[in-house]
Amino acid sequence: MNAFPMGSSIMIFVRHWQRRTLGALSLQATILAAAFATVGPANAVDSGAASQADLQAKIGYCQDCHGSSAQGYRGYLPIPRLAGQQPGYLENQLRAFIEHRRTNNIMFNVAHTLSPAMISGLAAHFRGLHPEPLGGAPRELVAAGENIFQNGVPDANIAACAACHGPQATGTGQIPRLAGQLYPYVIKELVNWGKERGQNPTIPDTSAIMSPVAHSLTKSQIEAVAAYVSYLK
Amino acid sequence: MMKHFRLAPAILAFICFTITSPASRAESPSVRNCTWCHGGRAQGYSPAPRLAGQRAEYIWHQLIEFNRHTRDNPFSKWYMWPAAANLSPKTVHDLATYFSMLPAQSANDGEIALIAQGKTIYQQGMPDSNVVACVVCHGPAAEGVREIPRLGGLEYAYLKRRLEQWGQGYAVAAGPPMPHIAGNLSPRDIAAIASYLSFLE
Repeated sequence: MNAFPMGSSIMIFVRHWQRRTLGALSLQATILAAAFATVGPANAVDSGAASQADLQAKIGYCQDCHGSSAQGYRGYLPIPRLAGQQPGYLENQLRAFIEHRRTNNIMFNVAHTLSPAMISGLAAHFRGLHPEPLGGAPRELVAAGENIFQNGVPDANIAACAACHGPQATGTGQIPRLAGQLYPYVIKELVNWGKERGQNPTIPDTSAIMSPVAHSLTKSQIEAVAAYVSYLK
Repeated sequence: MMKHFRLAPAILAFICFTITSPASRAESPSVRNCTWCHGGRAQGYSPAPRLAGQRAEYIWHQLIEFNRHTRDNPFSKWYMWPAAANLSPKTVHDLATYFSMLPAQSANDGEIALIAQGKTIYQQGMPDSNVVACVVCHGPAAEGVREIPRLGGLEYAYLKRRLEQWGQGYAVAAGPPMPHIAGNLSPRDIAAIASYLSFLE
């Protein structure tokens, strides 16, 4: 199709490379693939602002596990709701995975490739999502859970959750939103608090505040509170 | 009192009749209609996948999706839409339970050289390519849970085809995220994942 000998040679080379490397793709796809192959990975050049395309691709990646509206998902492991989460909390947790303050192999893999700009972009995005809570917790536990959440457990010296997390459990700053969080996830976090959070002795963090609470709550109190917050909007 | 005494053996017989062993269940026409393609012990017979040991909730959902025509790839359309067309909800439930309890054999038919790469993708994902780790939903031994299918030991060709189909735009019955995830996989990634899974118990 090309009259010039140089052009034909280039075409022959491109087709040869295509067959060896990419198999039976159309020529158009081959040229596109070659163009992208020379660009290199986006996060190799950390220029500060995350490009819109990179951010959207990363959001899609997060949502593959956390849900199409970041409402959370009950996979083999309970994957928490990110929708409506406090950006201060989300950003702190992503950094916590990277700094090994919070132990989670899956999330370390996810987080350690994220630039600070990407982390901010993700947190801002998830804050703006408001899907319905996933639900599914035992309804009969909700009343007891509300009592603990709003009034604490004075006999066990446990403060009301509402005092820090807010009466609607929406959180503030680094204190997370609990409203609509997955029932099995809240249980898992409270039961495993000391084993998962505050794990880096050289970097003490705010998770220490929750340690006495998580430790003092009984399993059935944890389940009640988890059920209560899981239905909050 | 005497009335209850005579009733007891009848009740016992009824219970024994309903809780039958898999061997005698194999005589039921519904099961025979399935094993015709899926193999005598439901281990699969290409292109029909292994049903033995699959999550009951997953089988149940797929039969419903065949009925509703929402699982729409070619083999599903040609074979499973007619097969599932006239199943009552009770039959669907019973079949799903029956197959989930059968012992499963691993296909062991993937490419051995790709197992290690497949295992890495399965357990860690590929964060730089925005591919999530399969383990988070499908479990450490690819055993699945609730409606999420068991993948361990399924046939290489079947797993490969499913991943390719989602990348090509065929629907996944239960909705996101498999089409999006599969769309980020290269052909070599797919071959590696399918190979690794085909060798799992």
